[in-house]
Amino acid sequence: MSVVTNTTTIGAIEAPSRRNTELALLAFAVVIPVFAYLNVGLAIDGKVPAGMLGYGLGLALLAGVAHLVVRKWAPYADPLLLPLATLLNGMGLVLIWRLDQSPRLIATSMRRYGSFSPDAPSQMMYSAIGIAMFVGVLLLLKDHRVLQRYTYISMAVSLVLLLLPLVPGLGMDSFGAKIWIRVAGFSIQPGEFAKIVLAVFFSGYLMVKRDALALASRRFMGLYLPRGRDLGPILTIWAVSLLILVFENDLGTSLLFFGMFVIMLYVATERTSWIVMGLLMSVAGAVGVASFAGHVQARVDAWADPFSCATEGVAACQQMTQVLMSFGSGGILGTGLGQGNSDLIGFAANSDFIFATVGEELGLTGVMVFLLFYGLIVERGIRTALAARDPFGKLLAMGLSGAFALQIFVVAGGVMGLIPLTGMTMPFLAYGGSSVIANWALIGILIRISDTARRPAPAPAPSPDAEMTQVVRP
Amino acid sequence: MNKPLRRVAIFCGLLVLALLVRDNWIQFVRADELSTHATNRRVQIERYANERGNIIVDGKPITGSVDSKDEYYKYKRTYVDGPMWAPVTGFASQAYDATQIEKIEDGILTGNDDRLFFDRTLAMFTGEKKKGGDVVTTLNGAAQKAAFEGLGKKTGAVVAIEPKTGKILAMASTPSYDPSSIAGYSRADEKAWIALEKDKNKPKLNRALREIYPPGSVFKVVTAAAALENRKVTDINAPTKTPEPYILPLSTVPMKNHAQGCENASLNRALEVSCNSVFAKLGDEVGRDKMVEMAEKFGFNAEQYVPVRSAASVYDKKMDRGGNAQSSIGQFNTATTPLQMAMVTAAIANDGKLMKPYMIDELRAPNVDLVKKNEPEEMSRPVSQETAQQLQQMMENVVSNGTGGNADLKMDGVKVGGKTGTAQHGEKNAKRPYAWFISYAKTSEGSPVAVAVIVEDSAGTSREDISGGGLAAPIAKAVMKAVLKTRG
Repeated sequence: MSVVTNTTTIGAIEAPSRRNTELALLAFAVVIPVFAYLNVGLAIDGKVPAGMLGYGLGLALLAGVAHLVVRKWAPYADPLLLPLATLLNGMGLVLIWRLDQSPRLIATSMRRYGSFSPDAPSQMMYSAIGIAMFVGVLLLLKDHRVLQRYTYISMAVSLVLLLLPLVPGLGMDSFGAKIWIRVAGFSIQPGEFAKIVLAVFFSGYLMVKRDALALASRRFMGLYLPRGRDLGPILTIWAVSLLILVFENDLGTSLLFFGMFVIMLYVATERTSWIVMGLLMSVAGAVGVASFAGHVQARVDAWADPFSCATEGVAACQQMTQVLMSFGSGGILGTGLGQGNSDLIGFAANSDFIFATVGEELGLTGVMVFLLFYGLIVERGIRTALAARDPFGKLLAMGLSGAFALQIFVVAGGVMGLIPLTGMTMPFLAYGGSSVIANWALIGILIRISDTARRPAPAPAPSPDAEMTQVVRP
Repeated sequence: MNKPLRRVAIFCGLLVLALLVRDNWIQFVRADELSTHATNRRVQIERYANERGNIIVDGKPITGSVDSKDEYYKYKRTYVDGPMWAPVTGFASQAYDATQIEKIEDGILTGNDDRLFFDRTLAMFTGEKKKGGDVVTTLNGAAQKAAFEGLGKKTGAVVAIEPKTGKILAMASTPSYDPSSIAGYSRADEKAWIALEKDKNKPKLNRALREIYPPGSVFKVVTAAAALENRKVTDINAPTKTPEPYILPLSTVPMKNHAQGCENASLNRALEVSCNSVFAKLGDEVGRDKMVEMAEKFGFNAEQYVPVRSAASVYDKKMDRGGNAQSSIGQFNTATTPLQMAMVTAAIANDGKLMKPYMIDELRAPNVDLVKKNEPEEMSRPVSQETAQQLQQMMENVVSNGTGGNADLKMDGVKVGGKTGTAQHGEKNAKRPYAWFISYAKTSEGSPVAVAVIVEDSAGTSREDISGGGLAAPIAKAVMKAVLKTRG
């Protein structure tokens, strides 16, 4: 009977949900930071830290809630994303707590502001909000394709978010980069949220326009060149990126958005020519801006040879040398948690430069592990894009993963002196509410897409032919 | 859309790979360079992160380490009786590096020395805190105290040596300074440092090792040694053919004597009253090259390492006969450190055998295990045993009958030999002269101590009173007494 064979085939297709794998991995993702926390306490005070139980339970609770929500509302989701994010978030909390214990940072803060408040409790709160955001995304966004409806609203929102730091009185200058705004006592980095909203806009837009952008082209020297009027979108994004670079003085944000667009354009159209164009435009833009804008030039100097300009007393250079020496002093195995001197960096040690603490205290080994964790998140994101059945989902998953990968590259590369330093922060690791909350939302969306992608195909509707056969049966 | 997706995946992989390669570059390839970079404060932080080992005298530490509550450099050096011991310890400052023992044995004191590798590795497993090892000195607390207090407010230096081993028993220099005051890196430390640097009296100068003075008459024992060794004098009590006045060679200038009865005086008598003419003539008879040879056997013209470096004392190798004759009474270009004169005295007291002077007895690991023990070492034999004994006889005569009476211990079974000196210096000898005194004490078991004392410009003393016997001899006496007492 054909019906029987049909059902057995469906049974074989049904993929395991992998929720128990996720749970097991989550246990590790909670236990490892708890041990790290213990390690810091023992190294600094020589005794088991008092907050260990609270920290462990808090992290376990957050992870548990997230897991249960995934189990209920996204049962087929990728099993690696949640544990990886939890582990990074947990380790970030430990590192921030460790830097809170630094007598040097406390003394500096006392001298400068007359008070010192530890950052770890706030970060714990932000993490909780982040997980709430994650839960919210999974509960409210039952199908990611809904987002398609908001393509043009997303465009408007992302433009506003990107340009907010330039609004006088709202934006604030943090060590040269103007990518922060201050609202009601909170500093917010709108770029972190813009990253997600922009990905939604690009996905929706490109899904509609991909055919036009891909097919209407002329062949020239082996490349398919787009028509002049199709160049509009990429030119607009390019201009906005340059504006960010010039006025917000942040190469990272600029590179991130332009790069994300080029990647998504390439994926949508399958035309290599877009990549070539994108590269040419970013090089032209970067060179142009660097030769005209002095403050960008200063950043490039601090990157090119920090040790020589540090002796001239340039703060940005001295900071860069401190970061590099922090990495270098860590060596292969690091000094061990709580035993390094990464607090010598002083400014933004637990946010922009938190990766230097990883470098010094966990060494080359630890840094490589963290980089591979981030790499895994990106890889799971792209896998989700591959598995997604709808073009919008593919593009959105790719856009988010690509942005995540670029952000890792831009931040870690900046901190390690591979490219000029930027004001963005390591996702999950660094101190900062915007970053944690936005990245949990990002993981939420990826989990939603991956759930849809891996969900077994619905049982095929009974074929009208079979129906008719039954009718005929006596 | 899957083909470009796969390509983008590879691109993202390359981004991560680039980061991994860069990380290896800065954390592996450049790790050494970055971790020891001149502007890397970690080197200094690490240095002061643990308790520094101590410098030990008579089984008790004369240094300490205190948790300064500073958030950068945790432990700060402290000193017990800092000014008294400063010429021995030197200083270890967070801002101004370290000197002398503190510098030379820094590896042991910080615990970073290669010889402590095993201890460090063991401590890593037992979880003990890293600590520095100790440096045990040869010094004698009572002798040092006697020397330092004897010098008091005067400018000068004292070195005492145990002749049969070369162990340095006392090393004082005044005016001194408190190394504790410059141990940190605070504003107050900086102020103290600048004040010390500007001080015209140079309190940081270790006069016992690093200053060279004209020795004046105390050098006559070296000339006497050369005369006896070179058979220019065979009987110390036989008259020498010395005219009065004695005209210096290649010159018409007579050699002035401050004492009476120097004409044809015997060597013994000449040393007792310190005749310039007799020794100038003898030095000329011995000749420059033989004089240089004798002086160098005693350690002149070379830096000594005890293990702190001393300045090289000078006996000019290229001067003419007249210069040599003047040098033979410790004038002209002759100049010596207090340590050098103590070595001369010690060699004579030790029957002609010069032991290499040293002040570090043992190096100990943090767990008190012995790392290194310094054994006495013979440096040279400047004079034969007979010559040495003749010299002793004459020097003892100086104390019992001559200018060195102030140093007489008057203890049963203890013989004291010495020599005074009053060295002139400055244009036309206008400056206040240096008062010298060298002496040793000797019992039936040999000589336990030889001392050299110099007192520079003494404010408040009239010029006539400045003489080795008056100013320096009492200090030498106090030091010898302290050593004899501690030996029981």
